Amino acid sequence: MRAGTGRVRLVAITALAALALATAACADDSTDGTSASPAASGGGSMKNGLKIAFLPKQVNNPYFTTSDNGGKTAVEEIKGTYSETGPSEASPSAQVSYINTLSQQNTDVIVVSANDKDAICGALNEARQGGAKVVTFDSDTNPTCRDLFINQATAEGIAKNQVKLISDAVGPDGGEIAILSATANATNQNTWIEMMKTELAKPEYAKLKLVDTVYGDDQDQKSFTETQALLAKHPNLKGIISPTTVGVAAAARYLSGSSYKGKVQLTGLGTPNQMRAFVKDGTVKAFALWNPADLGYLAAYAGGALASGLITGKEGDKFTAGKLGEFTVGKDATVLLGDPFTFNASNIDQFNF
Amino acid sequence: MSEAPRPSRMRAQGARVRGVLGSWDVIVLLAVVAVAVVGSLSIDGVSSPRFWRFVTLEAVPILLIALPMTLVVITGEIDLSVASVLGLSCTVLGKLWASGVTSLPLLIAACLVLGGLLGAVNGLFITGFGLPSLAVTIGTLAMYRGLAYVVLGDKAVADYPASWTTSAIKPIHGTTIPWVILVVAALAIVFGVVLHATPVGRGLYAIGNNAEAARFAGISVRLTKFWLFVATGAMSALAGVFWTLRFASARADNGTGIELAVVAAVLLGGVSIFGGRGGLLGVLAAVALLGVLRNALQLADVPANTLTIITGSLLIASVVGPNVAGRLRERLRRRRPIAPTLSHTT
Repeated sequence: MRAGTGRVRLVAITALAALALATAACADDSTDGTSASPAASGGGSMKNGLKIAFLPKQVNNPYFTTSDNGGKTAVEEIKGTYSETGPSEASPSAQVSYINTLSQQNTDVIVVSANDKDAICGALNEARQGGAKVVTFDSDTNPTCRDLFINQATAEGIAKNQVKLISDAVGPDGGEIAILSATANATNQNTWIEMMKTELAKPEYAKLKLVDTVYGDDQDQKSFTETQALLAKHPNLKGIISPTTVGVAAAARYLSGSSYKGKVQLTGLGTPNQMRAFVKDGTVKAFALWNPADLGYLAAYAGGALASGLITGKEGDKFTAGKLGEFTVGKDATVLLGDPFTFNASNIDQFNF
Repeated sequence: MSEAPRPSRMRAQGARVRGVLGSWDVIVLLAVVAVAVVGSLSIDGVSSPRFWRFVTLEAVPILLIALPMTLVVITGEIDLSVASVLGLSCTVLGKLWASGVTSLPLLIAACLVLGGLLGAVNGLFITGFGLPSLAVTIGTLAMYRGLAYVVLGDKAVADYPASWTTSAIKPIHGTTIPWVILVVAALAIVFGVVLHATPVGRGLYAIGNNAEAARFAGISVRLTKFWLFVATGAMSALAGVFWTLRFASARADNGTGIELAVVAAVLLGGVSIFGGRGGLLGVLAAVALLGVLRNALQLADVPANTLTIITGSLLIASVVGPNVAGRLRERLRRRRPIAPTLSHTT
C-alpha cells in the first residue's frame, strides 16, 4: 500500500510537470494589440475615459491616501477611470506583482511611487511596451523606466522655505539658531543644510547666526535628548530648524513641555498629524512639507496629458493641470510641483496625513 | 481471508480510488484547477498567457525553497531563516559583482556555497547541540538579515548586464512561460524521487514519525537532518540569485517575509507540521493554488488587505482540512464490517 501510493504520487508529479509544459506550449504569445491608439485626437484636449491607476509604496498609509485622493479628484475632472491598488507592505517585489496586474488590465496610465528605483523597472517597461504611460511621484525610478517624474520640491526650494520660516518666527531681532538633522551622512539632509547656509549668508538674514548642527538619527528618543542638550549648551538660542519629520516632532514635544516653549522657535519639515497639537498649543508657528494632495493631482494630470498625446515628456513640453495651472517639463523628464507648502494654525485642520 | 477473491479485489480497488480522491494532495490539485477554470470564466485576463507567465515568475523562488522545506518539515523540523539566506545571498552576489567578479557561473557557485554554509550553521546548532530548529532559525533569521545589511547597508546594486537580467525571465521558445520553470521542474523531480522512491525518503518519514525509533532502525537521524538544512540553505541562495537577476536589484531587504509564504504552501500542501506526513505533489499544488488565487483576485481588484485575510484563512483551512479529511476517512473505514481488524495489522 505504502509503495503503491508512492508510485501514484510519482506518476502524479510527472503528470503535473507534463501539464505545466502542455499549458506552456499552447500558451502562444499573442501580444494583445495596443488598445490606446497613438493617433492624437486633435490638439489640446484631454482624452476621455482614460484608465488611470495609482500605485503607492503601500496602501493604508495616510500620506499616500492623501496623495491618491488628490489624484482621484484630477481623474474625475478629466473624466477618466480612477483606481488605487498596491501592496500592504512597502516591498519592491510586491509592487512588481501589482504593476503586472495593471498591465494585464490594459491601464492607460500608471502613477507609481517606487519602492526601489531599479527593481520595478522591468515590470514598468513591460507595461509601457503594452501601451501604458508611467508617471512616478514622491519616489522616482531610473529615468529609463518612466515617462515623467513629478518632483515634490527641490533642495533649493526647501532650504529657502525653512530659512524664511525660522526668520519669520524668530522676528526682526534675529539671534542664534541651530539645526536638528537626521543622520550625519543622509545625502538629502546634508544638501539642504548646505543650501540653508548659502541662504543664511544673504543680507536679509544677517541677524540670524547658525551656531550648531546636531543629529537625532531620525530616532524619536535621540532627537528628543539632542534638543534638550542643544538648549542647555546654547542658552541664547532663539530658533531650531529640523528638516526631518521625526526630528521636528520630537523637538516640538520637548519644547512644549519645557520652559522654552514660546521663547525658542521651531520649524522644519513635518506632517500635519504629528504637528497639529504643537501648532495649536503655540510651540510651533509654522512648518512645511509639500502638499501630497496637490502632488497626486498633478501626477494624474501629467499622466492624462501623456496618454492623450498632448505631451511626450521632453524638456519644454507644457501642459495645464486644472486648478494648479500650467507646468513645464524640465530636465530628465521631471515636473516640479513648486515650493514647499507651509502649514500653520489657519490651515492645518484641512489636512489629515 | 475467507472471502472470495473477486469481491476482495474490488474492495481493495475501491479503497484505493477513495484513497486517491480523498487524499489532500488531490484535493489541493483539484482546487488549483477549479480556481483556474472559474477565474478564466469570470475574471478578464486570467486566461491570457501573460497571466500564467507572471504567476510562474512569482512562484519560482517560493518553489525553489519549498522543495527542501517539505523534506525538513516531514522530519519534524522547520527552517525560518530561508528568506534571510535569500537576502544575504543577494547582497553577496551584488557585492561581488560590484567589486569586479564578472563571471555569472562563478557568482552562482559562490552563492550556493554561501547558502550551504549558512544552512550548515543552522544544522550544526540543531543537530550538534540538539537545539530546537524553531528557536535556532528564528535566531539566524535575524542574524543573516543583519549580515545582509552589513554587506550592502541600505544601498542597492543594480547595474547587471541586461543579458543576465533578461535571461532570468526569458520565455521558453514559442511560449510565454519562463524557462527557469524547467530548472524548477528538474529539481522537483530530484526531490520527489528522493522523498518518495528511495530509502532516504522513507527514512525522512520515519524520523518525522518517531526519531528515536528511526535511530534504532539504523537511520542516522542527525546526519540526515544536518544535510537537509544544508540543502535548504543552498536552495534559498539559489532563489536569491534568481531574485537578484529577476528584479535586477540586490538589496539587503530582498525577499523579507517569504519564509511565511513557503511555510504556508508546505502546510497547505498537506505536510504535517509535526512531521511524518505529507508529500511533494501537494506542496507543488499548494504553491500553484496560492499564486493563481492571489494573482486572479488581484486582477479582480480585490484590495491587498482582503487578500491577506484570504491567504490566512486558507492556511487555517490547511491545518484543519487534513484533520477533518482524516476523520471522515476513518469513519468511512469503520462502516466497513471487517476492515478494522485488518487495517490495524497493516
